[in-house]
Amino acid sequence: MSVIYILLSVSVVIGVAFFVIFIMAVKSGQYDDDYTPSVRMLFEDELIKEQTNTSKQTKTD
Amino acid sequence: MESKTCFHCGDDCGNHPITFQDKSFCCNGCKTVFEIFNENDLTCYYDLQNSPGAIPKEIEGKFDFLSQENIIEKLTEFRADSVEIATLYIPHIHCSSCIWILENLNKLNPNISDSQVNFGKKTVRVTYNSDATDLKSVVLLLSSIGYEPYISLDDFNSGKKHINRALIYKLGVAAFGFGNIMFLSFPEYFEVNEFWLEQYKPFFRWLMFAMSLPIVFYSAQDYFISAYKGLKAKILNIDVPIALGVSVLFIRSTIEIMFDIGSGFFDSLAGLIFFLLVGKFFQQKTYDFLSFERDYKSYFPIAITKIDKEGNENSIQVYDIEKGDRILIRNEELIPVDGILINGKAKIDYSFVTGESQTVSKQSGDKLFAGGKQTNGVIEMEALKSVEQSYLTQLWSNDVFNKNKEDGFTNITNTISKHFTIAILTVAFIATTFWLFVDSSKAMNVFTAVLIIACPCAIALSAPFTFGNLLRIFGKQKFYIKNASVIEQLAQINTVIFDKTGTITSNKNSNAEYDGELLSDSEHIVLKNSLRGSNHPLSRTLYTILKENNIITLDAFEEHIGKGIEAKHESVNMKIGSASFVGNPNESTVLNTTVHVSSNNVYKGKFTFYNSYRKGVSKLFNQLKRHFDLVILSGDNEGELENLKKLLPAKTKLIFNQKPEDKLEFIKYHQSEGAKVLMIGDGLNDAGALAQSDVGIAISEDVNVFSPACDAILDASKFKQLYNYILASKSAIKIIKWSFVVSFFYNIIGLYFATTGQLEPVVAAILMPLSSISIVVFTTVATNLLGKRLE
Repeated sequence: MSVIYILLSVSVVIGVAFFVIFIMAVKSGQYDDDYTPSVRMLFEDELIKEQTNTSKQTKTD
Repeated sequence: MESKTCFHCGDDCGNHPITFQDKSFCCNGCKTVFEIFNENDLTCYYDLQNSPGAIPKEIEGKFDFLSQENIIEKLTEFRADSVEIATLYIPHIHCSSCIWILENLNKLNPNISDSQVNFGKKTVRVTYNSDATDLKSVVLLLSSIGYEPYISLDDFNSGKKHINRALIYKLGVAAFGFGNIMFLSFPEYFEVNEFWLEQYKPFFRWLMFAMSLPIVFYSAQDYFISAYKGLKAKILNIDVPIALGVSVLFIRSTIEIMFDIGSGFFDSLAGLIFFLLVGKFFQQKTYDFLSFERDYKSYFPIAITKIDKEGNENSIQVYDIEKGDRILIRNEELIPVDGILINGKAKIDYSFVTGESQTVSKQSGDKLFAGGKQTNGVIEMEALKSVEQSYLTQLWSNDVFNKNKEDGFTNITNTISKHFTIAILTVAFIATTFWLFVDSSKAMNVFTAVLIIACPCAIALSAPFTFGNLLRIFGKQKFYIKNASVIEQLAQINTVIFDKTGTITSNKNSNAEYDGELLSDSEHIVLKNSLRGSNHPLSRTLYTILKENNIITLDAFEEHIGKGIEAKHESVNMKIGSASFVGNPNESTVLNTTVHVSSNNVYKGKFTFYNSYRKGVSKLFNQLKRHFDLVILSGDNEGELENLKKLLPAKTKLIFNQKPEDKLEFIKYHQSEGAKVLMIGDGLNDAGALAQSDVGIAISEDVNVFSPACDAILDASKFKQLYNYILASKSAIKIIKWSFVVSFFYNIIGLYFATTGQLEPVVAAILMPLSSISIVVFTTVATNLLGKRLE
């Protein structure tokens, strides 16, 4: 067995792996809406701020 | 007085804002929404965007049908045990605040476990516990915070929508194969005759062969199918030479590696299909939030209240309405069937149907037509027909609605492809014959090489990239086009037909002229102030037209529904309304809408309303008249004839009193005489004409809400740009013709290599992507320049 077979099969396996991940991602529907997630990820901050606010209130109570 | 804008919805608060927590609100509805958010720690809503809200509407009883099992079944996409999932369309979704509040619905109702917004489609997908809450309460919650879901008859029929992602898969397969095959073919291009490479050559080649299999048999299958269909219909479409090229590439490459003649053209093959699919993908610009396929079903309610013989009210599905049923129409509800008014004062707004915003009053016993919207309290009516047989809905049984406009239209690519295919086959046969005499061993080689290099990848890419890019540019300019073939058709039109009401007139404002005795100052003040108190659309319009006056408190104010207003202040006693109500003795029948005024029982005069035309109408018509035949096709009477004559160029044809079918037939007749018709309309009554025309453009004040089925939707604010859009479509055709020239240039270079028998895989591998990329660059740059000029 020459090393070239190993190298090639490794490269093809990696390629196939990425391809499968891509297909799974499309299947899950994450390319159907390409705008909302970009806004949604910015909301995390507001939610955390709110949580800290409420926890502060409970402390002062 | 300083006017403030509402903290919640941004509307003008008028003179009496409601103040709450130092914030002003235009109405109690907005204040209530703020209170709800405030109590639930959701005021972040207002931090993300200024005044993002909408005024919650009166919805009493409107969603009662949502407690019905069979309707819930249709509207939910998942139901099991105690979990239900429903996707609701909410037209108001417009900013990041909307996303935020809708995705935090669980704070308002803990039984909602998850809610996810799709901004593009303006939908929210709600998952809730159906034991503790139900669809109706979710919808009511949404409505109470100003996000009223829009549920129409359309939702009832469509069922679960299937998203077609096949093109993305095909593109993925092609990209994967293209990338890997390129790497595998590099060694042979650069390291010729090296010992260890020589040894593994077959392995590399068969690996490439294996990878090309899914590309040819999966990714490229559409081209084979389309070519087969084309040949069957005796049309040489662009897919014929493509399919020919792909099969020759694949067969020759396979034979080459089988007999160890050469390395084959697998990289060119994969690249070719990859580029073609990218072009297809690029052209597929869709506007998720718009629908070009709407018919009456999108306008009609899903259920209606029926009164049975015992006087009980039940929600029934609209399709179940039978002749003779008593039905109840609430304020702001749409009349789904033709019928007779039994009870109540009807004020019907037929703007969906005709585009005319002025309401029509009906008395008990009058006939009501489907498609009107009741605007004045509750009415009872008796159905005369079922939904599908109503006057308006019958229009949709016409054949035009089942016809696909793209059929029977040869696009520019296929026109050129016919000549191209014949030319290439001729070249191939001549070259082969020549080589049969000179060196017969090379003849087959040359024949296949010609077919390979001439594979019209660049030609096939010209139109998708030009149109795809132009679709995006138009979209940014608020001109939303259904698909690329519409641009081509738009470039060919020679007749432009306009609807009148709502299309060249604006719904927002009309003009009124006063005719009669002059009113005294005190009368003027009373007039203005009594109009202020009335919600009738004509009062609102007249109120905004009249000059600003002092605010006074009226001593007495009474609105007689369907007749007019009676108001008293000090010594002035005024009546405003219909001629009979005011007491006009000599009322002649006029075509225009009028409002009459009397003071202390003395008849004073009348306000006559005229349509107000969109800004730039006259200029647009003057631009268009040089190149197109112009027609106004109106469903209205001739009341505006004189005004239109003054406004529009003399050669414009003006045709009035056209029923929806008449409009359709008019267009059909002109098409049979060779006219390519562009129809511009807005109401459902234009739906037939829009479908029949070569290009139907629906004009819309608010593109998110209502427009009938059409090929393109134009935002009303861009109406005066129409001429420029047509010019841009014509330029796009020019760009495509130029890119054909560029690709012919590459083809000639390629044919030189092919006919002389020197086509090496490496030449094909360079030439084919190079031509494709230069076409893409050329069309993109050219269309962007075109877009710059549009701005």
